[in-house]
Amino acid sequence: MTSYIYPKFGYRRSQEQAEGIVKRHPIVVIGAGPIGLTAALDCAARGQPVVVLDDNDTVSIGSRAVCYAKRPLEIWDRLGCAAPMVERGVSWNVGKVFFQDQLSYQFDLLPEADHQWPAMINLQQYHLEEMLVAQCRANPLIELRWKHRLISLKQAADYATLAVETPDGIFTMEAQWVIACDGANSDVRKMVGAEFTGQFFQDRFLIADVAMKADFPTERWFWFDPPFHPGQSVLLHRQADNIWRIDFQLGWEANPEEEKRPERVIPRIRAMLGEDTEFVLEWVSIYQFACRRIDNFRQGRVLFAGDAAHQVSPFGARGANTGVQDIDNLAWKLAMVLRGEASEALLDSYHEERAYAADDNILNSTRATDFITPKTKPSRYFRDAVLELARHHGFARPLVNSGRLSTPTPYVTSALNTPDHDAVPGGMRPGTNAADAPIAVDGKPAWFLHCLGDGFTVVAFGNVSDKIEIAVGPFAAKLILVGRDIEDPKGLLAQRYGASPGTTYLFRPDQYVAARWSGFDEAKITEAMLRASGHDIADRTELAA
Amino acid sequence: MMLNLSPNIADPDDFYAELINSQRDLDEEQALRMNARLILLLANHIGDRKVLTEAIGCARRGGG
Repeated sequence: MTSYIYPKFGYRRSQEQAEGIVKRHPIVVIGAGPIGLTAALDCAARGQPVVVLDDNDTVSIGSRAVCYAKRPLEIWDRLGCAAPMVERGVSWNVGKVFFQDQLSYQFDLLPEADHQWPAMINLQQYHLEEMLVAQCRANPLIELRWKHRLISLKQAADYATLAVETPDGIFTMEAQWVIACDGANSDVRKMVGAEFTGQFFQDRFLIADVAMKADFPTERWFWFDPPFHPGQSVLLHRQADNIWRIDFQLGWEANPEEEKRPERVIPRIRAMLGEDTEFVLEWVSIYQFACRRIDNFRQGRVLFAGDAAHQVSPFGARGANTGVQDIDNLAWKLAMVLRGEASEALLDSYHEERAYAADDNILNSTRATDFITPKTKPSRYFRDAVLELARHHGFARPLVNSGRLSTPTPYVTSALNTPDHDAVPGGMRPGTNAADAPIAVDGKPAWFLHCLGDGFTVVAFGNVSDKIEIAVGPFAAKLILVGRDIEDPKGLLAQRYGASPGTTYLFRPDQYVAARWSGFDEAKITEAMLRASGHDIADRTELAA
Repeated sequence: MMLNLSPNIADPDDFYAELINSQRDLDEEQALRMNARLILLLANHIGDRKVLTEAIGCARRGGG
């Protein structure tokens, strides 16, 4: 059994505070949690210097976010830090659902073969943050400022003024853009006066990290109404270092202060694990959850991401996973605006696309919550009926909802997409994140996502051009020909993209499909590139001329 | 397909008796739990989402 030692990152007085100079930074990130740190890495990866402010000087206390899905791993891989996470974390595929004392059904997330990253890993948030901090520290474009608490934010037309408190007093900073990643209770959100509305659930959950050597398999186990915790639900998840995460549903009447006491928690865990299992209680928290989102992800010069922008129930691992994808969507747009390649209108598409995803997450999360915590007696009867029937009959199993695990939401309605005109088969519609596939480069095995560039990328099947890039206005898209630059030895790339000779895809810098065609046409590609960077029709005509 | 609101059960009295008799020795909660299972079994058998929506709407309106 291990006990995690929390690192202290150490406060340093900044030069600008020491000298009393008001400096204007291109990007200031508020909050050094998983989302803020990812924001710093992604902005820096796109060439932008970033300052991160955090009011603390260590990582998250307790495991908090636990499950990280394939898409965030792909994003962190783009930022150079997925491999250690997967190595340190626990990969799992099987989920079991129990009703009372019997197995009701089990699912297997086993991903399609031939993908680089697992469907899901479990890793304590503090380990993840420590890895992200190390990655940030190795990047000269990123400055992490600990013990820096934002106390006020005022906006002008083209910048924001921040009053920041440190152990050395209060000083003033300016930022062209602020990325607010300061969590569900975001102070920044209050400072800009944004609305944050939705549904609160009348239920409380006890979450505990327990260190133990147990022979439970590495699976997600979810109990409805188990004998050791009657009438409520329980979730068990394995993390790294023999730490297990247990969530007990307590109901609305529970007294949070009372329930947090070890003398209340330990008997609950003992009832679950049996008298003979030795364990140490590492961390306990009580929470009540809500499904809410901010009215607009962009508030002038302040861009909200992660829990500061949206809050969901934990069933489905949609919190941190969604927040990382907010940053994936935002960083390239912000970099384009800062470089003058796109107008601020592109940032409005950040709200459009990520609010759409947040609403999808909230819908899924609310549905799971309604299943786990039935609101009325008749709905409890339906819920129990599903669980009883699922034990015996396949038809009821898809109705069991202990949380639908996070997958990316395609931006199907986004204005940045060029709608399909040609009949390209397959599901890689504009607005979908690029599917990975094993390929070969110079005869050596490689992954398709690694070939996509930092900017736009055009991928065409067959020998359709002798160019290596397609340029328009400020943009030059890398042109990759399947057959010339990369090989598709297993045919999986063509299969996943519904490709035949001539099929052409345009990918955005965040690896989402912007457009696709059955044939290669440069004029169409450049038009789609300008549309995907938020240029309106007049702009597009001028830039294409 | 539309929700069939015309007589469709060959032996209505026999069916009705079977339904009532099946719950005769159950208390109210047991019967309500059985009803929930029965609704789910029948809904899956029908499967057609439009028909299910029509049926839910029709039942919700008081059968009218």
